[in-house]
Amino acid sequence: MWRLVAVGAAGGALSALFGVGGGVVMVPLMIMLCGYNSRAATATSLAAIAIIALWGTVTYGLLGNVNWGLAAVVGIPALLGVVIGVRVRARISAVLISRVFAVLLVVSAVLLVVNP
Amino acid sequence: MTAYVIAAAMGVVGGFIAALAGVGGGIVFVPALALVLGLTQVVAEATSLLAIVPVAILGTWQQRRTGDVHLRDAVIIGLGSIATAVLAAFVADQLPQEVLRILFAVFMVLIAVRIWRGAERDAGDDRRQPSRIT
Repeated sequence: MWRLVAVGAAGGALSALFGVGGGVVMVPLMIMLCGYNSRAATATSLAAIAIIALWGTVTYGLLGNVNWGLAAVVGIPALLGVVIGVRVRARISAVLISRVFAVLLVVSAVLLVVNP
Repeated sequence: MTAYVIAAAMGVVGGFIAALAGVGGGIVFVPALALVLGLTQVVAEATSLLAIVPVAILGTWQQRRTGDVHLRDAVIIGLGSIATAVLAAFVADQLPQEVLRILFAVFMVLIAVRIWRGAERDAGDDRRQPSRIT
């Protein structure tokens, strides 16, 4: 119980600070502290993210930082991505996808810093 | 117009990654909103969080029959996150934008390293393990 609360506390801090779900810190913690395997950890983490992202959204909303229209521009196409992702998950090379994605992240990180 | 199309395409990628990796997609949404649509870092992050909510709900819904979603635990984790999430939002709101942007970029590189290394580990099969050892 308290281990789950600790996982939530870590996820919540990361989520609101960086505008992400926090799954990247919660999944390994759930595996290490709570005895989850990686599939159950990612699935349960995603369910928790739905709640965690809500707190950040409400707080930022009250501070006047949320752009509702542009959230729809990325969020609605993302729902299509989820449907495709779930369908192809069993058939694609997770290793290749992960590697391509990792490279894209580094490129984006560099762009963020040099092109403010 | 082109910017909207690119941002929407990045949205699809974010959702795709979310479904594959069990994350919310924010690591793609934030750069889409900040780099492509030109939002400030804090507004990009706040807007990303709003976009994550339906993605996480749909992703969870799609996995409901796999037995991998432990809903009670997810609710405890969600409730455990309130204090730190609210606090972190205030911190991000007060930080200078360039500091927040650089912190986020460092975070992205750390994630990239983790994903790169994790790809090898995840190639192994953990399907024989029970879903949760309690």
